[in-house]
Amino acid sequence: MGNSVNSEIDIGRIKAIVEECKGQKWALIPVIQKIQNEFGYIPPAAIPVVAKGLRLFPSQIQGVISFYAQFYTKPRGRQVIRVCRGTACHVRGSEALLDLLEERLKIKEGETTPDMEYTLETVACIGVCALAPNVVVSDRVHGQMDAEKMEQLLKKGES
Amino acid sequence: MQNKRTVFVCQGTGCLSTGSGTVYEALKAEVERLGLTDVEVDFTGCHGFCEQGGLVVVEPESIFYTHVTLDDVPEIAASHLRDGNPVERLFYRDPATGRAVPRYHEINFYKKQQRIILRNCGRINPEKIDHYIANGGYRALEKVLREMTPEQVIEEVKKAGLRGRGGAGFPTGRKWEFGRNAVADRKYVICNADEGDPGAFMDRSVLEADPHAAIEGLIIAGYAIGANDGYIYVRAEYPLAVKRIRIAVEQARAKGFLGKNILGSGFDFEVHMKEGAGAFVCGEETALIASIESRRGMPRPRPPYPAQSGLEGRPTTINNVKTLASVPIIIDRGADWYASIGSEKSRGTTVLALSGKISNSGLVEVPMGTSLSTIIFDIGGGIPRGKRLKAVQTGGPSGGCIPAKIPDTPVDYETLTMVGSIMGSGGMVVMDQDTCMVEVARYFLSFTQAESCGKCAPCRLGTKQMLEILTRITQGRGQESDLDTLLTIARTVKECSLCGLGQTCPNPVLSTLRYFRSEYEAHIKKKTCPANQCRLLRRKTASRT
Repeated sequence: MGNSVNSEIDIGRIKAIVEECKGQKWALIPVIQKIQNEFGYIPPAAIPVVAKGLRLFPSQIQGVISFYAQFYTKPRGRQVIRVCRGTACHVRGSEALLDLLEERLKIKEGETTPDMEYTLETVACIGVCALAPNVVVSDRVHGQMDAEKMEQLLKKGES
Repeated sequence: MQNKRTVFVCQGTGCLSTGSGTVYEALKAEVERLGLTDVEVDFTGCHGFCEQGGLVVVEPESIFYTHVTLDDVPEIAASHLRDGNPVERLFYRDPATGRAVPRYHEINFYKKQQRIILRNCGRINPEKIDHYIANGGYRALEKVLREMTPEQVIEEVKKAGLRGRGGAGFPTGRKWEFGRNAVADRKYVICNADEGDPGAFMDRSVLEADPHAAIEGLIIAGYAIGANDGYIYVRAEYPLAVKRIRIAVEQARAKGFLGKNILGSGFDFEVHMKEGAGAFVCGEETALIASIESRRGMPRPRPPYPAQSGLEGRPTTINNVKTLASVPIIIDRGADWYASIGSEKSRGTTVLALSGKISNSGLVEVPMGTSLSTIIFDIGGGIPRGKRLKAVQTGGPSGGCIPAKIPDTPVDYETLTMVGSIMGSGGMVVMDQDTCMVEVARYFLSFTQAESCGKCAPCRLGTKQMLEILTRITQGRGQESDLDTLLTIARTVKECSLCGLGQTCPNPVLSTLRYFRSEYEAHIKKKTCPANQCRLLRRKTASRT
C-alpha cells in the first residue's frame, strides 16, 4: 500500500479495475475501494477514467469521494496511525494521546510527515472500547495505550 | 473421545491486539511438540470481555485464562494440558474480592448474564459452519422452510415481541409485515451492520464470533417478506468482521443454505456484502440505502419509508445485526419462550457495551428491564480505584446521561426514554467523579457536528452552534445567557432535523443540562470545572491519571 508521490499512476490498472467491477450493480464505491486498496489513495487522474467506464460525471465521483471519511485523494504515509476517538477512548484520555502524537510527529491530524513515513488520523470508533484508549498503527490495534507505550511504538517503527 | 479437550484461543479484534494470534500458533505448536493427541487447539471470536484478553478457554472443564501472552504458552501446555494442573496465576481475579476464579460460568461478569444474542460468541469457531450447526444453527431455517408459511414466521416473531435492536425499538414482526404486504417485482432485505455509535461494539462481536447467526436471520427475514436478495452493510472500520462474514457466506452457500432452491424448498436467496467507507450517518436507513447504491450517504425525508420504496425504489426491510441474530433462536425455541424473558413492553434480552470507568469492561447481555445497578455493580464489578459513580451514558451520541442518583432505573426502551436517554445501540459508558459532564456533552457534539451530513440546516448549523457554545463554556469563556441559548438551539435541532442523527444529537446536551446544570453553572460563573477535567480550568495542584 502507498505508492510514493512521484511514481506514475498506472491508468491501465485503473481501467482494469473498472472493467472487473462494471458488471455489478452500484459499482462505484466498490471500484473506488479497490483503487484505494491498490494505490493507497485515489489518484485524481483515476477519476475521469472511472467516470468514463461507469458512465457517470466526474463530479458525481468526486462527490462520493469527498463524502466518505475513508476515501483519500492524497498519498498517505507508509505507516498510518489512527487514534480512536470513541467515547470510551475519550473518557480514558485519547485526546492527550493525539496531542502527544501531533507534537512528536510535528504534524496535525489528517497530515503526513514530509518523509512520507507517518500519516496521523483519528477514527470515530473501532469498537475495541474495552481496551480503551486505542491506537491503530498500520491496521494493528494497540489497546490500553499511554504516553510511554506510544513512545515505544514510535521508536520501534523508526528502527 | 471422552477425555478430549479443546483449547479455544480468542481471535477477536480485542484479543488479537494483545497478541493472541501468536499465542494461538504457539499453543498449537507446543501441543504438537508435547505429543498431546487428546488436545485440540482451536479459536473463537470475541467473548466480549476484551479487557481481560488474551483469553484462552479450555473445554469441557471451562477453565478461563486471562491476560495470556506468548510467555505463558509453555506453562499452559505442560502444566495444564499435559499434567492436569491448571495455571492459577492466569485465572480471572474478582475485582471486589481479589479471589481467583477458575471457571467461565463462575465469574460474576458472565454468571449474571443471559446470553441469547451472544449465545455462540466465544464458544464456537466462527470460521467453521459445522460448529454453528452443531450448536443448533440453521435448524430454524430448516423449520421455517419446511413447516412454516411466511405469514406464520411473521406471526411467530410478532408473538415473541421482538423489537429492533438497532436503537429505535420498532416491532420487528410489524416491520416484516409491511415488507410482506408490499407489492413489487423484487424486494430486498438488508442487515444493518454499520455500527457507528462510538462506544458500541456488540455488532462487531456478533459478526466476528457468530456470523452465521446474522446470516441465518437474514435468510429467514428474506423468506418472510418475500425477498430473494439480502445485503449486509458493514462499516469499513471492522475488517475482521468483513472477513468472517465473507467466509461464512461462502460456507453457507456450499452447504446449500444460500443460492437456488434452498433445502429443496423452492426458495432462492443470495447474500451480498457491502462495505461502508466511514460515514456515521449511513447507519440511518435511507442514507444506508444511498450508500449501497454507491451514492453520497445522505438521508432523505420519509415517507416513503424503505418498506415501500428503498433500494432501487423497491420495498426494502432493514434490520440490525442483533435483531436478525435473535430470529433463529426465537423460531427454534418458540415465541413463548422468548416472550417470557424481559419486561412487559420490551421482550427478550439486550446487549450492552459496558465501558469507561468500570472494573469489568465488555459486552453484557441481560434481560430487558434489568436495573442499571445490577449491570454496573454486580456484572461490571463497580467503579475502579474506589471512585464514585457519577453518571451512565447510554445510547452513544444520540443518548443521554443517567445520573447515579437513579441507579435502579430498569434498562428498557420506555424507561430510558423517560429519563431523557435512549436505548440506542446499547453503548453504556460509565463515568466517575473525574468526568466533567459539560465536556462529555461537548465531546458528543464534536462527534455529531463532524458527522452531520449537512443536508438539512437545523442539524448542520445547530450542531455547530451548540459545539461552539459548549467549547466556550469548557474553556471558561461561557456567558450567563449561554444555557438558555443552548436549550433553545437543542430543542430546535431536535424538532426540525431531517433524520435521526439530528433529531437525537441534542440529547447529550439536554440530559446533562437536566441533571448536571450546576456543573455548567460552575464553569460559567465560577470559571471552575468541578470534575477538574477541563484543561484550561484545571486546578494547579491536581494530578490526573
